[in-house]
Amino acid sequence: MAEPAFRYIAKKRRPKEDRRFIAGAGRFVADLAPPGMLHIALVASPYPFARIRGIDAKAALALPGVRAVLAGADLAAGTEAIMSGLDAPKIKRWPLAHHYARYVGEWVAAVVAESRALAEDAAELVEVDYEPLPAVTDPEAAMLADAPPVHPDHGSNVLFRKKWVWGAVEEDFAAADATRAFRARWHRSSTVPIETFGVVAQWNDAQQLLDVWASIQMPKFADQLARALRLAGNAVRVHFDVDVGGSYGVKRGLKHAILAGFLARRLGVPVRLMEDRLENMRGGDAQGPDRIFDMQVAFSRAGIIRSLKIRALDDVGAHAGRAPLQLGKPIGAICGPYRVNSVEYEAISVTTNKTPQEAVRGFGQAPTNFALETAIDRVAAALGMDRIALRRANLIRHEEFPYTIPSGSTYDSGDFHTVLEKALAAADHPALLARRDAARGQGKLAGIGIACCLEPSGGNSAFEPLFNPKNETTTWMEACSVKVDGAGAIVVSINTSSSGQGHESLAATVVGEVLEREPDSIRVVRADSLSALPSNSPVGSRMAIMLGGAAAGAAKKLKETITAIGAHKLGASVGEVEYCDGAVSLRADPAKMIAWEAIAEIAHRKFHELPPGTEPGLQASHVLEVPTGGALPGADGRVQMYPCYAFEAHVVYAEIDRLTGQVALGPYVVGHDCGVMINPDIVHGMTYGGIAHGIGAALYERFRYDENGQFLSGTFMDYLIPSAHEVPDVAIVDHCTPSPLTAFGQKGSGEAGYLGAPAAISCAVNDALAPLGLSIAELPMTPGLLGDLIAAGKKG
Amino acid sequence: MSQHEIALTVNGRAHRATVPARLTLVDFLRDHLRLTGTHTGCEHGVCGACSILFDGRPMRSCLIFAVQADGATITTVEGLAPEPGALSVLQDCFWETHALQCGFCTPGMLIAAQALLNETRTPSDDDIREAIGGNLCRCTGYKQIVEAIKLAASRLQGANMPPKQEVTGGHG
Repeated sequence: MAEPAFRYIAKKRRPKEDRRFIAGAGRFVADLAPPGMLHIALVASPYPFARIRGIDAKAALALPGVRAVLAGADLAAGTEAIMSGLDAPKIKRWPLAHHYARYVGEWVAAVVAESRALAEDAAELVEVDYEPLPAVTDPEAAMLADAPPVHPDHGSNVLFRKKWVWGAVEEDFAAADATRAFRARWHRSSTVPIETFGVVAQWNDAQQLLDVWASIQMPKFADQLARALRLAGNAVRVHFDVDVGGSYGVKRGLKHAILAGFLARRLGVPVRLMEDRLENMRGGDAQGPDRIFDMQVAFSRAGIIRSLKIRALDDVGAHAGRAPLQLGKPIGAICGPYRVNSVEYEAISVTTNKTPQEAVRGFGQAPTNFALETAIDRVAAALGMDRIALRRANLIRHEEFPYTIPSGSTYDSGDFHTVLEKALAAADHPALLARRDAARGQGKLAGIGIACCLEPSGGNSAFEPLFNPKNETTTWMEACSVKVDGAGAIVVSINTSSSGQGHESLAATVVGEVLEREPDSIRVVRADSLSALPSNSPVGSRMAIMLGGAAAGAAKKLKETITAIGAHKLGASVGEVEYCDGAVSLRADPAKMIAWEAIAEIAHRKFHELPPGTEPGLQASHVLEVPTGGALPGADGRVQMYPCYAFEAHVVYAEIDRLTGQVALGPYVVGHDCGVMINPDIVHGMTYGGIAHGIGAALYERFRYDENGQFLSGTFMDYLIPSAHEVPDVAIVDHCTPSPLTAFGQKGSGEAGYLGAPAAISCAVNDALAPLGLSIAELPMTPGLLGDLIAAGKKG
Repeated sequence: MSQHEIALTVNGRAHRATVPARLTLVDFLRDHLRLTGTHTGCEHGVCGACSILFDGRPMRSCLIFAVQADGATITTVEGLAPEPGALSVLQDCFWETHALQCGFCTPGMLIAAQALLNETRTPSDDDIREAIGGNLCRCTGYKQIVEAIKLAASRLQGANMPPKQEVTGGHG
């Protein structure tokens, strides 16, 4: 299928939103300061698990400038517990610890004062009487019958446990020539945006309205906030015109907003809660998947994978949140880009006395891809087969699409072999092999990593009913509205905040494409939660598909109206006219033409010239259901998870320093196919950034706890984010297989790079270690871990 | 908390203020002068989001107290453009290559890059990575930032302008 021709889409265009940021004129939540605003600081638990016997705030309240100290019991009495994604009613969570503090850093009390510094001074004066309790930190130990439950009322640390069997798994294992079993470990890391989470809340008593400005990226945030505060949805107004300084999944901040909203209402003044870095890392409830995979793979002598058994144990930390659902999304790509006949998947979610997990870029797919690619490499090693040849033999072929995997999702389209070959060619794989072998000849530890991974995109809700049958959500719609004023200027309204994804550029480009108007002339504004049409926010790599689709839908409706108005004015039928560059002309006599501005004027001022039955003004909106969405899972758990599947093939060269264990990366090539790119610079940027994030998860980033549950990684000197020194000059090779399900053939790309980089780097490190007879399936492969492994290997 | 009088020049404009001893320079710039382009990312000197030019050198304003800036000449991101409404060559190149996504680290990146370009018009890739090596970006993977700085260097070579023109012409 040839790439379609476009006017503005797929062209290099300067992103609309960049200008304010390079001018230093972004509008982030920390930049907002309503008059009279007070500041919140938090008292955090120093214990991984403790009963709270009492809180004495007298000394804090005596400090001049301190307005209030709020403790958990007071907040719990005045608010509803935060909803969990699971059917686990006895696991209750409030923004402040109530009865128990369940992890180091959990908020125990909030102090409100006239400045942040004063609030921090006062927080130090709050005396909390704790009774320390035995904590559980190891997820496997947490599952044992005698483990102390993090939520005593729930009675166990197992939040969720379910096994699905799709196809004849046991028969396929029995019939296979060989099987392998191994464990892969993905340790706890996260997206860690450079902007911490912040919220400003202001209660307007005269209007009985809570205004909220927050650095959020969360579906149904306003609904959940109102519910927790026991307010009607129309009494909470969340403003989406706040610039969000990075999120990549984690900026949910519901507990922050509930606390700030409660205090703003109680005190009758605006309040701000802005995490500092330690709070963000420790008590921000934004750590990521922490997963043990027990993998079994059955295959033939020729290297054909027949079946997989996957057991994924996820340590979600002290509260349920949405984290368990991160075991659900990967079901939509449970066998990766490969033809696999049957799959067994057991998903287990347990609580421990650690910081809770939040949604992280890929929603569980990156760890799963790492486990799958490790399985492919283990099969290659077992058979003595070339890793690339094995992948070629198992990748789904271009002509097999649409392709339905055992767990019920149908992959829309792809050309995996071509993308892999393009990446190998761009990396000059034969030369890379020669370089590796020459380096090995000089005694270096050199390796090449290959990974073929999927990015399911179009963010749908299908994992929600799958993990909680009481939740019958089958739509994660997205909306857009477009209006043209009486002089012809276009305004597009979107219904969410953004954290760097370029949604203003996306919406303007799509509307410009459909209406054939210059996107730079289009104003994009953001509704607030009261004026907004339904949105489910930019999660699950969905906005190119969903906002792009909604914007295209609205623009197409508008184009029909404009065409009808023009035809009516020309005294012709719609079939007799043509829409071109915003003007409408007679096909038979193109000189007879009604200009864009004239049509706008008719629509706004000349009702007598409108076709009968046409509403005045020039506006349209469109609400889009997720393509392929709308169905509940079947009894066997088969469900279409997300609609579209982007593909990436990574080729990376790595050398490990024998003494320090430091891994140097590069050349690094990624072949990437996300269908039609609305704005290639934006897609490439997200892919480069995703790879950098993946390098962090693969080699450096880990939230560490000691055996007692003390948190050890609360600063950027303990939690290491890759800098320009660690990230090589990555080359992207584009390929375009348009999706048949979307307005322009686009697929998602917000998680690109991150979904394959950890797998690819692990593959490269293992290739480098292979001559020593060593292997490792544990991320991050920190310098210390690799250095110790190499040293121990020498001794052995 | 002891209070101190300070006098300093920010983006070409003279300021006098009385500040508490413990006030950091970044909080002074953001909260007192309302120059909110300079961001706080970690407040322990690692991420670089708070970078400013302090007497021409890139520094982290979260690690300096406002009282230590007494007598200093400071340029923030708001002072990079030659005049209001305009963009510097470097800023324009950041836009051209899409050297940002969320925009939060961008002011610090621009400062770090401007400091480099004030020293040399012919930076190597290594020079560029060294110059921005203390500024963390979570969105871009740095590639388009490096491209922007290379593009700015080449444009400035062609422009044959004195290197410091973009930063000394702050408005105000």
